[in-house]
Amino acid sequence: MSFMSKPTVRHPKLPVNDIGLTVRDYEGGMSTLCAGCGHDSVTGALVQAAFELSIPTHRFAKLSGIGCSSKTPAYFLRDSHGFNSTHGRMPSVATGANSANRDLYYIGVSGDGDSLSIGMGQFVHAIRRNINMLYLIENNGVYGLTKGQFSAAADKGSKAKKGETNLQPPIDPCQTAITLGATFVARGFSGDKDQLVPLLKAGMKHRGFGLIDIISPCVTFNDHEGSTKSYAYTREHFNLAIAANFVPPVEEITAKYEEGTSMPVKLHDGSTIVLRKIDQDFDPMDRISALRNLQENAEAGEVTTGLLYIDESQPEMHEVDNTTKTPLVDLDYSQVCPGNDTLQKIQSRYR
Amino acid sequence: MNEPSVNEFTIKIANVNGTGSASANGMLMKSLFRMGIPVVGKNYFPSNIQGLPTWYEIRASEKGYLARSGRIDLMVAMNAETYNIDLTEVAPGGYLLYDSTWPRHSMLTRDDITIIGVPLAKICNENFPNARIRVLMKNVAYVGVIAALLDVDLEVIKQLLSEAFAKKADLLEANQLAINMGYGYAKAHLDTPLPFSARISDKTAEHIIIDGNTSSGLGCVYAGATVGAWYPITPSTSVMDGFKHFCELTRKDPETGEKNFCIIQAEDELAAMGMVLGAAWAGARAFTPTSGPGISLMSEFLGYGYFTEIPAVVFNVQRCGPSTGMPTRTQQSDITSCAFASHGDTRHVLLFPANPEECFYAARDAFDLADRLQTPVIVLSDLDIGMNDWMCADLHWDKNYQPDRGKLLRAEDLEKIEEFHRYLDIDGDAITSRTVPGDHPKGAYFTRGSGHNMYGAYTEDAGEYLQVVDRLRRKWDTAKSYVPGPAINYSEKNNTGIISIGSCNHAVREAIDTLGEEGLGVNYMRIKALPFNGQVQEFIEAHDKIYVVEQNRDAQLKSLLCLELKVPDEQLTEVLHYNGLPVTAGFVVDAIHQDLAKGVAA
Ligand SMILES: Cc1ncc(C[n+]2csc(CCOP(=O)(O)OP(=O)(O)O)c2C)c(N)n1
Ligand code: SF4
Ligand SMILES: [Mg+2]
Repeated sequence: MSFMSKPTVRHPKLPVNDIGLTVRDYEGGMSTLCAGCGHDSVTGALVQAAFELSIPTHRFAKLSGIGCSSKTPAYFLRDSHGFNSTHGRMPSVATGANSANRDLYYIGVSGDGDSLSIGMGQFVHAIRRNINMLYLIENNGVYGLTKGQFSAAADKGSKAKKGETNLQPPIDPCQTAITLGATFVARGFSGDKDQLVPLLKAGMKHRGFGLIDIISPCVTFNDHEGSTKSYAYTREHFNLAIAANFVPPVEEITAKYEEGTSMPVKLHDGSTIVLRKIDQDFDPMDRISALRNLQENAEAGEVTTGLLYIDESQPEMHEVDNTTKTPLVDLDYSQVCPGNDTLQKIQSRYR
Repeated sequence: MNEPSVNEFTIKIANVNGTGSASANGMLMKSLFRMGIPVVGKNYFPSNIQGLPTWYEIRASEKGYLARSGRIDLMVAMNAETYNIDLTEVAPGGYLLYDSTWPRHSMLTRDDITIIGVPLAKICNENFPNARIRVLMKNVAYVGVIAALLDVDLEVIKQLLSEAFAKKADLLEANQLAINMGYGYAKAHLDTPLPFSARISDKTAEHIIIDGNTSSGLGCVYAGATVGAWYPITPSTSVMDGFKHFCELTRKDPETGEKNFCIIQAEDELAAMGMVLGAAWAGARAFTPTSGPGISLMSEFLGYGYFTEIPAVVFNVQRCGPSTGMPTRTQQSDITSCAFASHGDTRHVLLFPANPEECFYAARDAFDLADRLQTPVIVLSDLDIGMNDWMCADLHWDKNYQPDRGKLLRAEDLEKIEEFHRYLDIDGDAITSRTVPGDHPKGAYFTRGSGHNMYGAYTEDAGEYLQVVDRLRRKWDTAKSYVPGPAINYSEKNNTGIISIGSCNHAVREAIDTLGEEGLGVNYMRIKALPFNGQVQEFIEAHDKIYVVEQNRDAQLKSLLCLELKVPDEQLTEVLHYNGLPVTAGFVVDAIHQDLAKGVAA
């Protein structure tokens, strides 16, 4: 597509990206979330990632479920189509949209309640189909919008604001996704933008389903002492396992790799992610190793972050199906209607 | 049946499912069709894969009456387990054919019918080597016997066999042998033909035999649907089977195998509906086939589609409810649930095809309406239409047809306009413009099921909310001028009318002929869509007495008429058939007789 966003009010000193847009062009409406809410930081990181990738704004489609987290697509990419769907059902809508137009960048935003309880079924099936999209879980361990009930991501022993203790084991979306054959699995923290932005960029460029579980504290209902999803707890237990740096296609990779610790992973469009092992035992290209490490670290109470697993070799849904390269929505009617002669031929079998 | 008659009879064949009888029964029906005799084939089958009773009923009717007949002239009792019931079903003067290889239970007999024994298993055991082929060929052998009994043209059957087994010489030979064995035995040992029989006619030219699910799937291909999402459920599954089959046939690049379609077997109906909304929002024509339980699961999304104004097409092939109900029995019991599927003030455009031919064109209409009105459209077919073999006029596709995509602005349209607002009613018909993602930054908007104003922005403002929902109500009025009006047979002489819907059509028309012969002239209106338009109201006003014939317990069509139109409840009399079998003309006639008798007594 050759159309560009018309710049809004532009500060003359604001830097522009490769297609002449400023970071403002990637923003959206004013947030209505609580001041300090982790979700707003994720929104900011998304804006920056999309800006830095120089993707025309209207080539994104942003989709979400229901929850505070799911409101955020209204706060970034105002020149992109948005779809705030029903609770837990974003994956199916994204799947359908992607089936009709395989050429867009799909960003799905969900919450831990939205994805791991009501929407668990759709979440796992989107992974199974390897839908080409970036899927974010803004994970705060609670249902923010319905005022603080535990979510299925709440850790055992974690305390609610009013003192109640969660006694059920959590669902870890990263472990779940790896088990199901997800091809890009990462964990970030809304409080660490430097780490998050490259992960978002890599996730957008990854071909297939990219999951980023982002610890995103709810300042109103789950940021107290005893919570395992608070800013303080996350900072304290933050364990960066695999650092990722995103390198666009044109840029030359200058960093030196230390044998066995750094590795470049080529993405489909020619860009590269340079992975750097912080945790030497952790191999993000080996599913079993990634799972084992995630489990061990979780037992030890650590919040393991970084690009936890990647496999660029798997075909996404359309490649599996052998769908035409042209987005279905752009096919002319004459390309899909077999015509009356064919109809008459078909009917000879029904006589 | 005492007087000899030609081309007016019903055969019912009792089998055990999983024994391969379906193709033999289909062949028998098709041979009558090829002789030029109007036929219909109805399958009564269990919700089970193997071992339970199943029946296939073939009605031949020179007059073209293709509803379930309600009387059996020849019963082919191939299932010992149901022999007892099958025996009682034969009309007085009728015939029952059974396998006399094993002796019948002496208790089971009737004096008023003729019982014919043919040692089918014995003949097959003598002629075929292995057990599986013996079971299969027994079915073919009874077709041979019936051919002799009814004087079916053997050449027609042989032609059908050679088409079916063109590439399987050994099977062709076996089948032909089995037909000859049955036919030969009957000719040698039985009085043939029976007093009712088949004779070459000319009533099936330019007709096909097809089920409504296959024709629905075919219709979706022609309507230009590119995305189908579904979750398997009886009796709708073969809609997607059909769509897939015809897509594979016509929409695949011969060299690369690349597909101009995308079919997704969803994880459940919630997801199937979400996928359809997503695909339609992104600009494709998308649909999902389902049945009652699926509609229940799709309801939240149907309301979402209504409120956010996303075109979507749903085929509901209705089955017997409530709950899981009887999955392999027919009903029209989802009219209310579909009309108002979802919470809040939600209402949906519905289409009611009456047969497979109408299913084909309903697919086209449904997509055009969905795009034009920007709302989900539900096509309500049922098991009887969807899974049974109906004779229909040949299908045709107008080469000038172009899909009505409604007010869909693509990139080139957006270039020409100053600004775009998703829910702004510019033309005054309550239909607003939409765009698809990826085309143009000017077209961007935010779709939300929460309160939104006419610019698409979030709102909790009372006035802004009212503007949107009141426009949606006006759009419902606009829809009246787009949906197909009712089919009406009217004569000023009559002041009694029947209103009916969907698959009741054949039974009602036959009933009206019967009542006419008795001297009661009855007018007829068949509802084809919701919302009801002005003609529906006029028809009701023009009659003193109206029977509403439908296939559910709670008079759902009648309730909807009273709810949507200004109709006094007393003016409409319910005629309700809901035992899971397709309604018959006899049932309608009896119901009207009884009602009239009540009037006389009072
Ligand atoms: C069908 C349905 N059930 C319940 C709700 C109420 N509800 C809205 S948001 C929400 C939980 C959201 O939690 P999460 O996804 O973690 O988002 P957060 O607000 O924490 O970001 C619930 C239960 C709903 N909107 N729809
Ligand atoms: S309630 Fe929690 S999750 Fe919701 S906006 Fe406030 S801080 Fe964020
Ligand atoms: Mg949450």
